[in-house]
Amino acid sequence: MQINNEFKPKIVAFCCNWCSYAGADLAGTNRLNYPADVKIIRVPCSCRVNPMFILRAFQRGADGVIICGCHPGDCHYTSGNYYARRRITLLFSMLDYLGIERERTRLEWVSAAEGAKFSATMNEFVETVTKLGENKRLEDLRCKAE
Amino acid sequence: MQSRMIERAKQLLADGTVNRVIGWKKGEFAYDITPAVFESAEEIDKDFVYDDFCGHNLSKYLIKESRKEGKLLAFLKPCDTYSFNQLIKEHRIIRENVYIIGIACDGKADAEKIKAKGISGITGISSDDDTFTVKTIYDDEKISKSEVLEERCTVCKSRKHAVYDELIGDEGEVNENSGRFDMVTKLENMTADERYTFWRNELSKCIRCNACRNVCPACSCENCVFDNPNSGIAQKSAATSFEENMFHIIRAFHVAGRCTDCGECSRVCPQNIPLHLLNRKFIKDINELYGEYQAGVEDEGRTPLTSYTKDDCEPSIVNERGCK
Repeated sequence: MQINNEFKPKIVAFCCNWCSYAGADLAGTNRLNYPADVKIIRVPCSCRVNPMFILRAFQRGADGVIICGCHPGDCHYTSGNYYARRRITLLFSMLDYLGIERERTRLEWVSAAEGAKFSATMNEFVETVTKLGENKRLEDLRCKAE
Repeated sequence: MQSRMIERAKQLLADGTVNRVIGWKKGEFAYDITPAVFESAEEIDKDFVYDDFCGHNLSKYLIKESRKEGKLLAFLKPCDTYSFNQLIKEHRIIRENVYIIGIACDGKADAEKIKAKGISGITGISSDDDTFTVKTIYDDEKISKSEVLEERCTVCKSRKHAVYDELIGDEGEVNENSGRFDMVTKLENMTADERYTFWRNELSKCIRCNACRNVCPACSCENCVFDNPNSGIAQKSAATSFEENMFHIIRAFHVAGRCTDCGECSRVCPQNIPLHLLNRKFIKDINELYGEYQAGVEDEGRTPLTSYTKDDCEPSIVNERGCK
């Protein structure tokens, strides 16, 4: 038996129920590949993503966190993603300020019709995070397996 | 200044305008001053003090005090009035129950810095234009203000009161070029590794005493997320580096857009962590990305994080503009 020691990142994707989650679904029905390292968490709106969620994901061992929502102007709740945009921008900027690799966090607008964009984004993001390697700067040793 | 304040407080108590006064009370040592509520002229005579060690921001106490019976007299320094206004905006203080006397402030002394200069047995302090005269049991010491001012006072953003009912002393000016973002800029210009090392050095000192949270006028939630044992960060002393990072990011984030930069968090930190640098980073980002905004200037309207425009920048700006 062969053990594969190649680094596989854990990616958490927060997907808005109305656009990006449906976009991921479309990627699936269109048989577009995206890495199995991406774990999708469905949220009602990108605005539901509390900055603490992102940090908690890192705490529990995520190597990268991506937030996907409806394109600005298309929010199911009219303005949720506008609020999310400001909040997430400030959080990303703060993580950068603390010296945490900024490539580990990302926000992308994916509509329900953009299955191809979803798959391409995820492929690209996983590749970026794989290059960065394991998340060391925002890890919680108590939450590490073993 | 102190005598004028006492005189005015007694007048207002006597004519029934107010039934309580919130101010500063002498402690065991001259630099050991605590905020206190005085209910009679005798109490004021006995303990009321106002000098260069009175750095405490009294606005937060007004959340609870303004909900009690009767009107309260509060002495507010310029930076306290910003916090006051912000709390009015958030409907935390009942304005009708507070009578504000704005008091001029020329910067407060940091007792730790004075002690670090080898001065002990401090029994009092007085000041003129640019020197503090520290009275001690040995001799009076003169120190230049710039050496022992609190950090926030060296980069004072405003000596102008945002709100008051009457004023004691002269009204100052808003200082546009306080240079309070200089250190933030310096950090931004470091490499990510250097910044990470800097913050690890600082945040690893954290003992999670929660003083920064308790003193912060913007941190006025009755149920704080950090008290929730399920938050994952409710340990009282930091168990891993993650908790320190998480605590401080979230603490600063919860007051982003509402922080008036009063500097209380850094003043009370027993470990001298420069917490204001986190708050100022958010303020600087908001100024740069969403337009100049100073919390507490107005007592109504929306804060940057509770409003939006359709053509806000995308989060990818952090990569484009970002720190080095």
